[in-house]
Amino acid sequence: MSIGFIMMCHTALDRAAQVARFWATNGAPVVIHVDKRVPDREFNGLRAAVADFDTISFSRRYKCDWGTWSLVAAAQAASEQMLARHAEVRHVFLASGACLPLRPVQELVDYLDARPYTDFIESVTTAEVDWTVGGIDMERFTLRFPFSWKKQRRLFDRYVHLQRRLGLKRKIPAGLVPHLGSQWWCLTRQTLSAILQDPERPTYDRYFKKVWIPDESYFQTLARLYATSIESRSLTLSKFDFQGKPHIFYDDHLQLLRRSDCFVARKIWPRAERLYATFLSARQEAESTAEPNPAKIDRLFAKAVERRTKGRPGLYMQSRFPLLDRENGKTSAPYSIFQGFSDLFENFDGWLSKYVGARVHGHLFAPGRAEFAGGETMFNGCLSDSAKLRDYNPRAFLTNVIWNSRGERQCFMFSPRDTQDINWFTATDPNAQISVISGAWAVPLFRSNENFATIRAEAARLQQLELNHLSILRSMYVKARVRIWNMADFVENPMEPLQTIIDEISPRATRRLTEAPQMVDLTGFGQFLQNLKNQGMQPRLMGDFPVGGDPRPNASRRGRPYLVK
Amino acid sequence: MLNDQTGKIGRGDILAFVTLRNERIRLPYFLRYYRDMGVHHFLIVDNASDDGSTAYLKAQPDVSLWRTEASYKRARFGVDWMNWLLRKYGTGHWTLTVDPDEFFVYPFCDTRPITALTDWLDTYDIRSFPAMLLDMYPKGPIDAVPYKEGQDPFEIACWFDSGNYTISKNPQLHNLWIQGGPRARMFFAHKPQAAPSLNKIPLVKWERSFAFTSSTHMLLPRGLNTVYDEWGGEKASGCLLHAKFLSPMADKVTEELERREHFAGSREYKAYARMLSEEPELWCKWSEKYINWRQLEILGLISKGNWA
Repeated sequence: MSIGFIMMCHTALDRAAQVARFWATNGAPVVIHVDKRVPDREFNGLRAAVADFDTISFSRRYKCDWGTWSLVAAAQAASEQMLARHAEVRHVFLASGACLPLRPVQELVDYLDARPYTDFIESVTTAEVDWTVGGIDMERFTLRFPFSWKKQRRLFDRYVHLQRRLGLKRKIPAGLVPHLGSQWWCLTRQTLSAILQDPERPTYDRYFKKVWIPDESYFQTLARLYATSIESRSLTLSKFDFQGKPHIFYDDHLQLLRRSDCFVARKIWPRAERLYATFLSARQEAESTAEPNPAKIDRLFAKAVERRTKGRPGLYMQSRFPLLDRENGKTSAPYSIFQGFSDLFENFDGWLSKYVGARVHGHLFAPGRAEFAGGETMFNGCLSDSAKLRDYNPRAFLTNVIWNSRGERQCFMFSPRDTQDINWFTATDPNAQISVISGAWAVPLFRSNENFATIRAEAARLQQLELNHLSILRSMYVKARVRIWNMADFVENPMEPLQTIIDEISPRATRRLTEAPQMVDLTGFGQFLQNLKNQGMQPRLMGDFPVGGDPRPNASRRGRPYLVK
Repeated sequence: MLNDQTGKIGRGDILAFVTLRNERIRLPYFLRYYRDMGVHHFLIVDNASDDGSTAYLKAQPDVSLWRTEASYKRARFGVDWMNWLLRKYGTGHWTLTVDPDEFFVYPFCDTRPITALTDWLDTYDIRSFPAMLLDMYPKGPIDAVPYKEGQDPFEIACWFDSGNYTISKNPQLHNLWIQGGPRARMFFAHKPQAAPSLNKIPLVKWERSFAFTSSTHMLLPRGLNTVYDEWGGEKASGCLLHAKFLSPMADKVTEELERREHFAGSREYKAYARMLSEEPELWCKWSEKYINWRQLEILGLISKGNWA
């Protein structure tokens, strides 16, 4: 057999035995390294489990700690034993006890026979890797690391810091160009023996003993000195997440693993019964010469990392509760807020829903109840229209409305009469489109049948509320798409601003507005404002409504909307 | 103590801790559900049951049973009993503290046993795992379809509210305070701040110094409560499907009201009693029908985090 396997084991020895037996049964010799920390009882159990194979042997045992030289020393010893004992071996495959062969050994042998002088070892320069732990890449090779990263983190960090400050640097032995890569490789006898028998090896070993995580750099660097043809990739499918932990395979990954056409995968959950049973059984499958193709698995794990680091925008839940302004999406989708429109136009929401493909609600934050579209008392996700429930946490209410109706744009009316607690939230949300006709809140007062003293007081209250809202909408923190018109300008020429808003909501609908919404009768509004002034209240937000000069809708003069940000 | 089988507990076993009273009819399915999930041993405090629960539990091979006639209320709603057992037997183990009407669901629970989850949590040195309470209810009046012994309660109570939850952060213990669901909208619409808490952290790798402070809603030390990400990412989480709104509900409410052993003057139970007398329906046309954990993940109630 032209291939031999080295297995580095420290847990789940029963699984290691199973895999070793599989390789040996299929003619490949195996050298097993067992961590010296493993109790003798377990070690002897493994020995006994593979005792019937003379092609399975055990190499000198080292105490192995993550990120230390001991792992390289163990691999060296096992490699030497493999090369010395099995002269027929041409490729040596370094695997771990948590590896699982996915394809028949013969297919791997054929694959290597077709590439007899190729070394498969991921080996890239430090400038090109983005996966190093602790942000230490080139410094792995130039600093000293006498302390354990896992057990003595504080000392580790301090010592690194100290060396950086003092500008201490180790000299890299001449001729070496530091390379990094996965520690799971498959090297040819030529390359591996050149590394192990190099007269300079004591120098290199002394140097790498103080490099950090040498098992990811020793063979990866030295192979560059001798290999004639390096394929810089690992034949072992092994994926790491953003914290440098290997992703684990379970029974439900069976189909995914089968279709990946990879030769060996790690890390397998030791109790994944179905995976071990399936891939270690003797199979009568058509010989396949397919190239390994882990793209699908890569995508699966990349998505998992993205979910963990970025999450779903606009989602607030038990395990995602972002700090203010760290939301990565305050809400999950764009939505529109109309302030003043329902005061100035009759049945504005009915008109709007004709022109946009969106759900148009009434005043979601009205004092009495949340006015869901169609007069419903409940909305998606079992949101209740109760004002008390809503005002208990208005932000959660809004984000729930948007999240629950993903896929459908939401529009709602707003006014100074409504709950104002969400104003900062919406103003700083890039998903919000906020259109305000300032001063329009006065129209219902103008048409109401209240005593003038009551009207005056209410007008003063509403004006103050709207002023507060407008000052938020004009602040430098605004991220929403905000448009503000004063009422007089809007009344003169409503079509152009309406067209702008609607084009933005549904950009693909090229339909021109054919019909304006029905404006309420404003005859006498100028006088009404004058009366407020005469009573000592100064209406400041409506723009210019001269007494007696009642506006004619759709006059020819065009008001200019202005856009904040 | 009625039946001590704690000697059977092996290293690395997953242990369930339960307080109960008169749950005989629910026990067979409850035990089966968690056995199938991979729980190895149950440690149960029986608070003066008189419906045969005691005898039934005593006969189980994997249940260690304690019995107390003492007040549930004075034991801070059972938390003191649980903390004592957890400290004595749970230390060093992954422990799952649940009520008999709570059914733990986690990502991949249909294909991976609970040890897959705890092994994975171990590799990240994560010591606590959140599972918010999801109230399940039937369509129609709560007592309309009787629950039969051994039956999956979610054949009847298979509906839930998918998106009306509110969250705030407890500045003292750093846990999230989650409210909402059918109980908030039906029983507490007039007084939302009194609606029951739904945040729970039932799965904990126990250490001697740990303690639940209020039911399984929060723990000490408070680092165990930060089961959520604050920088936009999602940590992994599960749900406790809550089979509370299931017959025999009316009898239970009456009984619990007579005992006056529940939180905040049993205000929750008083509200139920009021509503039950009017044959309420929790179901509405926006109710979501339960399918599986993947559905909960899509709805944003749970997350796989970076477990794939």
